[in-house]
Amino acid sequence: MSTKVFERTKGLTKKPFHYCPGCTHGIIHRLVGEVLEELGVLGKAIGVAPVGCSVFAYDYFNCDMHEAAHGRAPAVATGIKRVHPDSVVFTYQGDGDLASIGTAEIVHAAHRGEKITTIFVNNAIYGMTGGQMAPTTLIGQKATTAPLGRDEAHTGKPLKVSEMLSTIDGAKFVERVSVHNAANIRKAKKAIKKAFEVQLAGEGFGIVEVLSTCPTNWGMTPTESLKWLEENMIPYYPLGNFRTPEEVK
Amino acid sequence: MGKILMKGNEAIGAAAIKAGCKYFFGYPITPQNELPEYMSRELPKVGGVFLQAESEVAAINMVYGAAGAGARVMTSSSSPGIALKQEGISYIAGAELPCVIVNIVRGGPGLGGIQPAQSDYYQATRGGGNGDYRHVVYAPATLQETVDLVMEAFDVADMYRIPVMVIGDGMIGQMMEPVEFKEPKKRELPPKDWATDGTKGEREPNIINSLFIDPQELEDHVWKLEKKHELIKQNETRYEEYNLEDAEVVVVAYGTTSRVVKNAIAKCEEEGIKVGLIRPITLWPFPEEAFDKINENAKGVLTVEMSTGQMIDDVKIAVKGKHPVYFHGRTGGMVPDPRDIVAEIKKIAGGEK
Amino acid sequence: MEERVVMAGFGGQGVMSMGQLLTYAGMIENKNVSWLPSYGPEMRGGTANCNVIVSDTPVGSPIVTEATGAIVMNRPSLDKFESEIVQGGNLLINSSLIDRKAEREDINVYYIPANDIAVELGNGKVANMVMLGAYLELTKAVKVESVVEALKKVFGERKAHLIPLNEKALQRGAEMVKK
Repeated sequence: MSTKVFERTKGLTKKPFHYCPGCTHGIIHRLVGEVLEELGVLGKAIGVAPVGCSVFAYDYFNCDMHEAAHGRAPAVATGIKRVHPDSVVFTYQGDGDLASIGTAEIVHAAHRGEKITTIFVNNAIYGMTGGQMAPTTLIGQKATTAPLGRDEAHTGKPLKVSEMLSTIDGAKFVERVSVHNAANIRKAKKAIKKAFEVQLAGEGFGIVEVLSTCPTNWGMTPTESLKWLEENMIPYYPLGNFRTPEEVK
Repeated sequence: MGKILMKGNEAIGAAAIKAGCKYFFGYPITPQNELPEYMSRELPKVGGVFLQAESEVAAINMVYGAAGAGARVMTSSSSPGIALKQEGISYIAGAELPCVIVNIVRGGPGLGGIQPAQSDYYQATRGGGNGDYRHVVYAPATLQETVDLVMEAFDVADMYRIPVMVIGDGMIGQMMEPVEFKEPKKRELPPKDWATDGTKGEREPNIINSLFIDPQELEDHVWKLEKKHELIKQNETRYEEYNLEDAEVVVVAYGTTSRVVKNAIAKCEEEGIKVGLIRPITLWPFPEEAFDKINENAKGVLTVEMSTGQMIDDVKIAVKGKHPVYFHGRTGGMVPDPRDIVAEIKKIAGGEK
Repeated sequence: MEERVVMAGFGGQGVMSMGQLLTYAGMIENKNVSWLPSYGPEMRGGTANCNVIVSDTPVGSPIVTEATGAIVMNRPSLDKFESEIVQGGNLLINSSLIDRKAEREDINVYYIPANDIAVELGNGKVANMVMLGAYLELTKAVKVESVVEALKKVFGERKAHLIPLNEKALQRGAEMVKK
């Protein structure tokens, strides 16, 4: 007789993902779905989808969903959370969405200590629009709008969102994680769970920055991408917790 | 309940709260600041939330979230701020959500000025944001009409799942007049069973969305919106008409300008000149049918606006070439003088071109 | 009856509240009323003014053109509004602060040392009420009792003790223009 060792989380719908092979969005979706299920909050969860590769996130999470304009997910989430303060509200945003066009919204959601949770997927590039440079693109990294590689003198250095947000008092939980191997995926899930617990405890704003891959636009195989992330992104974007309130430590 | 003397901006806030508005997201800009200030004082008293956003863009997206969550929600601003809100207004229209947006118009373009203007007519009636959409636009002329329409705006928004804009100007916002809060006519409002308020494990997830990646689906969606627009045209078009049967000259004006025009009409009548008036109360839908009532001997239609001529486009469409259409306007924050309007009317009545 | 009056002066001279009281009193008497303030940067330290209309018929434009009356509390206001008054209209000049005479001869001009009277009464702030009292005596736009009733509503319990002083100021103003 066979034993069931893995079951699809109830936190996700049965709709197949549209993500490219080797993209880690799928893993991150699963982690969020599992956390919502394990915390028993699916019935009161309301997610906000971004613009970018995860624009269709509203089809994948098995809870009420709201699709926002580019960068505005934290503002939309604010509107929802203020109407339903007992619900569990999260945004799922990429680095073009959150770190470029949506900097004002994310900074001020954190600054107000908005009781929402943000999953910030950083793959150092604009994926959906075809590999343009993002504020998070590494120096020397090629992009369709930085054909010779990002040049610091021209476009500055990559933006470190977790470091920046951890200077804001209202941001009660800030952690950067990665999903390039099994050990890190487990750590990422723990961080995501804590971020939601911070919201449930009414502490304030929580964000988990997840380093992610984009094999298609990086021009690599999935395995090469995981290796590139580990060797190039992690040295610039160090993993770790920047802030945790006492209650959830 | 008796009459109360109120400032326009505060009367708008009071009317909204009376209509069950519990949430307000805004950003400071003159000349509408008394409205958010009023909401910040009064909403907490009724268990609501006032929140000053980091920008107009954020404010309208908070409205988008709150509207999707099923709340009666409102924002207000003035012209350049409304320009910033167009992103959210387009999304709200696309996602078919109800909300009320107040524009206390000031002169433009750019930073413009802060005095009364009607230069946002195109922005309000043509869909200031992207895409095939419309939203209802109310243009009250008195504070009593303002509170009546603000209260009704929430019902109309809920009934058709559409943003409703109430457009005034610094004069409406700043002046005081007696107002009385009266219940709007009862409407059967559909339940908000589409709202994101949590599934509670009892239903399939609700999704608020304006994205239709398949062109056929988007076309179907846009035609569905258009059908709704047609229904609104049939049911919600509002205007005031005066003396169209035997007027020599018919003046078209809305909001503040229509009040100046009424003074001018009274002066003309003292001198024996018969003048009619069409005052659109809804700028969209535009009251085209009113123009069919103009007697065929009328010598002309005079459009008076606080702009260089925006509503005149709709007037020309509605007149269908049956009468010559003339224009008199002041702009930049200047208000037309009734004496100048009288002079224009006399020119037309006298047949001068 | 339609009174279209401009009230103007420095910020702090109480021109806005003077206008609001007249409007409020008109509303109490079931008349058609409107109050329109100047707004924007000119209010910050400069000249403030408001337009009040009290009428038996519905108010058209709340902007006063062809004013039936003007109450000017300072010199710049006199310079600005003297020409706006209709023939036979009333111009009330606060002669405590305005040293020049009116130029027009086709209107009725009254010189009222409002600040001096207010100081005599023990509170310089009621100069506006002195002017309003004179204006009401001349025009009978609303009854003085209605203004007092409006004052009671505006002041509430906490400031009710100020009402006798305001009443006295209205009365002194009226005496200044009694024929």
